[in-house]
Amino acid sequence: MKSAILQTATRYLLPILLLFSFFLLLRGHYFPGGGFVGGLVASIAFVLHSLANGTASTMKILGYKPISLIPIGLAISTVSIMLPMLFNLPPMTGLWFEEPIPVIGMIGSALFFDLGVYLVVIGVVLTILFTIALDE
Amino acid sequence: MIDNHILAPVFVQLFTAVIQLMFWRKTLTQRYLSVGGSFIGLLVAIRLFSRVYQDGILTMNAANWDAPFGIVFVADLLSVTLVLLTSIACFAVSIFSSIGVSRQRMLYGYFPIFHFLIMGLHGAFLTGDIFNLYVYFEVIIISSFVLMTLGGRKAQLEGAVKYMAMNILASMFFLTGIGLLYGLTGSLNMADLALKVRQVQDGTLVGITSCFFILGFGIKSAVFPLYYWLPSSYHTPPSAVAATFGGLLTKVGIYAMLRVFSLIFVPDEFTRTLLMVIACATILTGAFGAIIKTNIRRLFSYLIVCHIGFMIGGIAMFSKLALMGVVFYLIHDIAVKTNMFLIAGLIRQLRGTMDMDKLGGLYRDYPKISVLIALVLFSLVGIPPLSGFWPKIFLFQEAFLQTQYFFVAALIVGSFVTLYVIANMWAQVFWKNPPREEEVDDRFAPMQPYRKLLMVLPIGMLALTTLYIGLNAEAIVLVAEKISSQLIDTSTYIEAVLNKNNEL
Repeated sequence: MKSAILQTATRYLLPILLLFSFFLLLRGHYFPGGGFVGGLVASIAFVLHSLANGTASTMKILGYKPISLIPIGLAISTVSIMLPMLFNLPPMTGLWFEEPIPVIGMIGSALFFDLGVYLVVIGVVLTILFTIALDE
Repeated sequence: MIDNHILAPVFVQLFTAVIQLMFWRKTLTQRYLSVGGSFIGLLVAIRLFSRVYQDGILTMNAANWDAPFGIVFVADLLSVTLVLLTSIACFAVSIFSSIGVSRQRMLYGYFPIFHFLIMGLHGAFLTGDIFNLYVYFEVIIISSFVLMTLGGRKAQLEGAVKYMAMNILASMFFLTGIGLLYGLTGSLNMADLALKVRQVQDGTLVGITSCFFILGFGIKSAVFPLYYWLPSSYHTPPSAVAATFGGLLTKVGIYAMLRVFSLIFVPDEFTRTLLMVIACATILTGAFGAIIKTNIRRLFSYLIVCHIGFMIGGIAMFSKLALMGVVFYLIHDIAVKTNMFLIAGLIRQLRGTMDMDKLGGLYRDYPKISVLIALVLFSLVGIPPLSGFWPKIFLFQEAFLQTQYFFVAALIVGSFVTLYVIANMWAQVFWKNPPREEEVDDRFAPMQPYRKLLMVLPIGMLALTTLYIGLNAEAIVLVAEKISSQLIDTSTYIEAVLNKNNEL
């Protein structure tokens, strides 16, 4: 289904949705939201693009196969879980930088855990949807 | 004592799986990583075991939240013993898998999923929080479902549907039980629950809740009315997968039952009678099911069911001696059952079939391998110096002390049928002349020597473990005695989890 309206709208919606998903990711570690929702929104952005322009062109924007995001995300999350063990704290303890960073706010190991989840969710959702789309 | 490193076995498996995901579709690298990761996991488990054996219970508060509120991980002797055995079995299966699993299955992620499964097992053994236990059960189910369906043959899918349906039902019962328990006490920490359940006035409600746990764990560990999913699904996946399932998965159910019924619910008269009836029925149905089977793996599946009954019976008697028997049997069973399915895989490699009617003459062609297999089979039956013999002594002794003559009878029938079935299998597979000489599909002989070694080595390793358990029974009895006294007198466990808050 090629529609000029959808294609034009997607050109503007894709960056906005990605920005929104990044906002959700950052908001997560003190407030509701976080990696899972952010990942879903980001993958919806790509799904919208693939509906408008076809799966092949979305794959071209992504550059890599989405499945390769899964191990990267898992690795980031696992490392952030285990990081406190280096400081002789139990795993999963939140470690925080002393000073907040402008715009982003407080940064801690929880953010990296969320980042991992974010990547895994994008990887899983896009892998499943693209597999179904390319089968047809 | 607080030790922040008790989750190390879980992390080793998790890391192995994640790194393997990075090498998606590079099966050779995955094989090396799997064997390497399992070996490191084994070393870590040995270290954890020796620490707990010397220093007593170790605990870890995840994310530094104090005990009854956050999730606690507890390494007591029962947990670490099972972690150690799981690691041994995992190492053996991972070596065997490098040859015994088809390349097609490896391409679709056999190894990462296998390590996620082992991670789930380690986590289930180490957690001290009942909801976290449920979460690890889910990790186990999801990975085992993937392992069971990998390959997508029709028989596999059929078995997997039964397996999945029953296990989801079990999870639902388990979750309902947890919900009721939380409603009664407002806590999920097992040590905290132990204290709070005793204060609950309404005894019937506690009894009903405990029935949910019996149902949930009963389905998982395949006891009498709920076991049929096991024999109808365990013969479908490749032998390496069946070995993991047969050796380890049902034992998680037994572990959970031991933990919940020693710590949270102390079995009352009704529960004990119920468990005893279930145990006798499980032993008898499992044993009679095993008699008529001609496929080796189906036969082994029924033997699993039969021997689960021994352990349930031990839990039903609930005394120090009986629990010693249960723990010893658990130790023996993990090593032997894993090995039996690996042996089934080897026999299939040697002859291309697992049907006893079509097998024969293995002893003539492969005398050394046959002797190795005989050692394992004798341990399973429980010929005196070998490992299956010792736990049965404790069970018999306690059953006579408590005048549970039905259980004594069931034990005798179960043991004799096991003996008969195994002797029959030995005669058919190893001694009998093969039915038609010319059609032997031997895929083992043309294999390169190192590949042969990779198939036989894990079986030898597990056989050595069994031999050690049998010949050095004194050490194992000592461990089992310590574990069972910790299970009977839970105050050390509860103190270790809750009281250390004051030290901080």
